[in-house]
Amino acid sequence: MSADLVPDLVPDPEPYCGHCGGGVADQEHGRCLRHLALEPPRFCTTCRRRMKVQVMPRGWSATCARHGVVAG
Amino acid sequence: MSDLRSLPHPTVRPAPVAPLDDDATTALLDRARRTVLDSGRGLDVPDLVAVLRVPDDRVPALLDLAHAVRMAHCGPEVEVEGIISLKTGGCPEDCHFCSQSGQFTSPVRAVWLDVRQLVAAAKETAATGATEFCIVAAVRGPDDRLMAQVREGVAAIRAEVDINVACSLGMLTQAQVDELAGMGVHRYNHNLEAARSYFDKVVTTHSWEERWETCTMVRDAGMELCCGGLVGMGESLEQRAELAAELAALDPHEVPLNFLNPRPGTPFGDLPLMGPQDALRTIAAFRLAMPRTILRYAGGRELTLGDLGTREGLLGGINAVIVGNYLTTLGREPDADLDLLAELRMPIRELAKTL
Repeated sequence: MSADLVPDLVPDPEPYCGHCGGGVADQEHGRCLRHLALEPPRFCTTCRRRMKVQVMPRGWSATCARHGVVAG
Repeated sequence: MSDLRSLPHPTVRPAPVAPLDDDATTALLDRARRTVLDSGRGLDVPDLVAVLRVPDDRVPALLDLAHAVRMAHCGPEVEVEGIISLKTGGCPEDCHFCSQSGQFTSPVRAVWLDVRQLVAAAKETAATGATEFCIVAAVRGPDDRLMAQVREGVAAIRAEVDINVACSLGMLTQAQVDELAGMGVHRYNHNLEAARSYFDKVVTTHSWEERWETCTMVRDAGMELCCGGLVGMGESLEQRAELAAELAALDPHEVPLNFLNPRPGTPFGDLPLMGPQDALRTIAAFRLAMPRTILRYAGGRELTLGDLGTREGLLGGINAVIVGNYLTTLGREPDADLDLLAELRMPIRELAKTL
């Protein structure tokens, strides 16, 4: 595979932060990333809608009305 | 009702307190050994304040004493519990530490769990070896819809899962207390949350006395009472000691000890995390106030204490843990806690259904 093909295989970064809902390109989100190790995302990273989040004893799911379910 | 979002931070952060000197610490530890370890009586408020002022270099000795008290009066077993949020968010109350209040601009949205998911959560919890499963709802008190959901859920869990069921549904009427006891709910959680003298800085939509009343009704109905609180909410050391003494006076079966995890959008969202040495002194103080209670690590330990502190607390008076995730945040992997208990040679309490 030639090196110039690699960028096409990398998906575009999501535009919004799952923790604070802010624009990923607008500010630094290191603190948010540390939070996301200890709690589920609250905002859809595609459209920044607040998601419905259910925490279970060994996992979680977060539902965006437009973009569906993410889980961990 | 005022708009809390527009108010300045409601707490005054207490001034730092000087640690005890070496002689006073030695005298305190000797007195605590005689009073609590030998005689089985909890310390009073002045001595609990002193415990909270033990200097950092004497904290290991303090934890050793608290651990000896726990081993002498409770034994080596550790009670393991899992919790689940049946109804998340949208709570009308204004507990300033809580991301589930509908009064703040917290990102937590209202969600209900169905009975199938509730049973699945109970099975996940039982698979860790836990003997307790607590169903929690973010409400002032249960309405008919919630009571119906709990009734159905408790019956389904008791039919399918070998685990004790506890509930935490806010303030109760006597009829609701009786109904929960009749369903086979063996333990009910309702925290004092804060010392009586600090409560109005933490909650304005109900009173400390209303909480106390629900707790006494639960106990009088024959259910086990689980009642604790949070520390690190801006309270003074005197108020932290007062909470421990008030809990001791209530004499609950279990005391869950939470360390504030400041949640975005809540009035306490900008408070600093409690330091690990203060957290360990608090654990020891609670054990020395209540030599026989089940003292449970609840929320916030991952942030406040980390892995090392979790171990120190288990060797400093704690004899129960919540495993897995919390209501809106995530906990450690259950296996990490269970491996630690095995390493410390602390057996997990086995299931003994009381009802």
